[in-house]
Amino acid sequence: MAKKRETNETQLNREITIEQRETEGLSLGTIVRKRFFRHKAAVVSLFVLGFITLLAFTSVGTVIGGSGSLVVNPNTGRLVVDGFRIEGWWHYNWYENYDVMNQGGRPTMDLANFTIGEHPFGQDTLGKDIFARVMRGIQQSLIVVLIVGVLSTVIGVTVGAIAGFFRGRIDSFLMRATDVVIILPLLVVGAVLSRNFGGDAVSLAILLGALAWTGLARLVRAEFLALREREFVDAARVAGASNFRIIFKHIMPNTIGVIVVNATLLMAAAILIETSLSFLGFGIVAPDISLGQIISEYNEAFKTRPWLFWYPGLFIVIIALTINFIGDGLRDAFDPRQRRLPRTEGAINDLKKIIRNRKAN
Amino acid sequence: MLSFIVRRAAATLMVLLVASFIVYNLTAISGDPLLELRASLDPEAQFRIQYLTEILNLDVPPPIRYFYWLAGAAGCLIGSCNLGIAVSRGELPVTEALSGAVASTVQLVALATVLSIIVGVAVGMTTALRQYSGYDYTVTFFAFIFYSLPIFWVAVLLKEFGAIQFNRFLAEPIIPTTTAIFIALGLAVIVTGIVGGGLKTRVRAFVGSLALSGLLILFLNLTQWLKYPSIGTVGVVLLTLLAAGVVLLLSIGFGMRRGVIIVAGMAAVAGAMWLPGQYFFFYVSGPLGIFGWIAIMTFIGIALGLLLGGDGRKEIARAAGITGFLSGIIMVIDEALQYWSQYISLIPIKNGFISTIGAVTPSIKRQENMWLDLLDSYAHLILPTAALMIISVAGYTRYSRASLLEVMNQDFVRTARAKGLNERTVVVRHAMRNAMLPIATIIPVDITGLIGGAVITEQVFAWNGMGSLFVRGLNAVDVNLVMGYVMVVGLMAVVGNVIADLLYSALDPRIRIS
Repeated sequence: MAKKRETNETQLNREITIEQRETEGLSLGTIVRKRFFRHKAAVVSLFVLGFITLLAFTSVGTVIGGSGSLVVNPNTGRLVVDGFRIEGWWHYNWYENYDVMNQGGRPTMDLANFTIGEHPFGQDTLGKDIFARVMRGIQQSLIVVLIVGVLSTVIGVTVGAIAGFFRGRIDSFLMRATDVVIILPLLVVGAVLSRNFGGDAVSLAILLGALAWTGLARLVRAEFLALREREFVDAARVAGASNFRIIFKHIMPNTIGVIVVNATLLMAAAILIETSLSFLGFGIVAPDISLGQIISEYNEAFKTRPWLFWYPGLFIVIIALTINFIGDGLRDAFDPRQRRLPRTEGAINDLKKIIRNRKAN
Repeated sequence: MLSFIVRRAAATLMVLLVASFIVYNLTAISGDPLLELRASLDPEAQFRIQYLTEILNLDVPPPIRYFYWLAGAAGCLIGSCNLGIAVSRGELPVTEALSGAVASTVQLVALATVLSIIVGVAVGMTTALRQYSGYDYTVTFFAFIFYSLPIFWVAVLLKEFGAIQFNRFLAEPIIPTTTAIFIALGLAVIVTGIVGGGLKTRVRAFVGSLALSGLLILFLNLTQWLKYPSIGTVGVVLLTLLAAGVVLLLSIGFGMRRGVIIVAGMAAVAGAMWLPGQYFFFYVSGPLGIFGWIAIMTFIGIALGLLLGGDGRKEIARAAGITGFLSGIIMVIDEALQYWSQYISLIPIKNGFISTIGAVTPSIKRQENMWLDLLDSYAHLILPTAALMIISVAGYTRYSRASLLEVMNQDFVRTARAKGLNERTVVVRHAMRNAMLPIATIIPVDITGLIGGAVITEQVFAWNGMGSLFVRGLNAVDVNLVMGYVMVVGLMAVVGNVIADLLYSALDPRIRIS
């Protein structure tokens, strides 16, 4: 009896494809993790982004709460930021002016000799340390990215799920509301809104998050429209599951790939939108700083002090690039359709063949 | 069909109304347009405040004021637009301020869009055909980098390095030997990557392209072509031959002998038409001259195809017509380049050829010569177009790569291969056309997005378009001006979406709109 069952199973095994055999008996999480770690660029990006985050937050420390404005400490007479300040290991901070050193504040970092010096990224005309400013800018930009990502994912998924699941009037109302937000460029509405409510990183992030969810809502709605017609939803309904349970327990897990991938790509777009708005002067404005605000502030000084311009831009590119690569890795992990097949032709194989033939001779 | 368009347009117009109501109110409460006047001690200021309050209805709360504005805007439907006056632009009517700005933004965006579609689709599709090759990985990597670049940063870098360095180079344009070797090697590597195939093909492609690009650079240096660029009869013939090759590759292929002879023969026709063209451009001036000549060349191509095409006359006429069209463009460029030395002598020395600011050089404008104006506007377009392109191209590359890969894995492509069609036919006829479907529907939406997104590029390059209008209006709390911008961008989005829907149903018979 047992023997017969075994042969049945082996027969079954032979019939399922290579792809299925590869993932047989593994949970979705394990499969995704395995595939993600195969995407080298994504893994490297994950580490680089983690390193940058760690560097930005530990080096100059951060401020929690408070208004973020600069006040003079009555005890020491020095400038401090309003709020609970956590000090970092870097010996300068982003708001105080220091003596300008090294011919007009040139960067002291020298990669050829592995020296960092006093002001590795240089100083501006007032003597502010650019390394500290860039690190603080990265913090603020990362906070914006995080809040925009979370907020717009929550709104987008909720709107898309409700519209796609209930259809009918609710759907058309929600989709028209989505159209109202989507019809004008994000940059334009963001600029108008942030003149009213913006100014610092958190409020800018919240209003960008309240605008950026539209694309995700449409995608999630489309997924829901297709999935709600499937048999497992009917089965759940017959078993007596409530709408809430069907949405969150039965359909949502099936859309997780779309949600995660698009949320990631949205975060990459968020940093570019934030920096662009700040560059135009509508986003984060002084005394708060972000990477875009630093570039905007030093824009005029490019000819005389290019380093004021290099580093903030470089970090914008690195952050956006790493998030994009992570999104690509997640897409590959969740969507196995575009599989990589071993190549049987090409120049390298030809070379190998030539070498093999020569050896044989 | 018609009812679909009407219903769709009506629905989006409602959406636009709601969006405009929200933006109007948000802009109106974002600041005080009279702030400067209120702080002023000038006795005139009081009168000015009174006057502006009256003319802009500032004593009415914004939600109600919106309907005053809407009443004026609704006049656009019956042909008498009244979008109010733009106080920040010297009380110019908004409609007048807009018309100039729209034209200059469209000029800025049009070239960037056309070029990025061509380059992006070509690069994306070739990477899909050579999936997982070194070429594919390199392009993908750069596409990711370009996609992650903040446009304001790129624009400033281009302005400072691209323009200034290149202008200095153009003053004495001799390519040094080491640079020449690097360029030739780089080009050869790229060409080899695109060609792909086995070792033999690759070696052949590498050596061939290396020799060709080396000779080309040598030619450029010896004739000082970069200093005195010209095309001439020989150049027109050669470039048309090149265009004919590309058109043949993408349309009827090289198998149809009659077709190949006719399309390639367009090069000879272009050479023969060069001298008549010179007279034509001399006597027929203005845009009519340019478009007229392109039309004539297209017509010659179609006529030749129809007369001599034989069995495949329809396809041959189309291919020959496209080749004629391209040769017309080449001859227009040739004509414009004949004014090159005059142009160089007229522009201010310190500017150099590639201009970083604005849209026209005043000293060129005064000459009132169409060809000089043409050269001038392209000199001003180079940098902003490059900045806009870098980002757009990355997007199109990704789209078209994914799209072609999706199609190439489908069953009908396997069937086409199985019935013995050659690879060119499979790719061009069966795969590429289907892969273009989703891209074609992205294009209208993308163009409207580009117009809205040109804000930053315009800001950096001091281009007086819609974007700078918006930024200035918002900074001065000039609600009418901001609303004018919003209406134009919103209407473009409406039109773009409807076009995308129609295109999709026109290209894909499986989709029916109702």
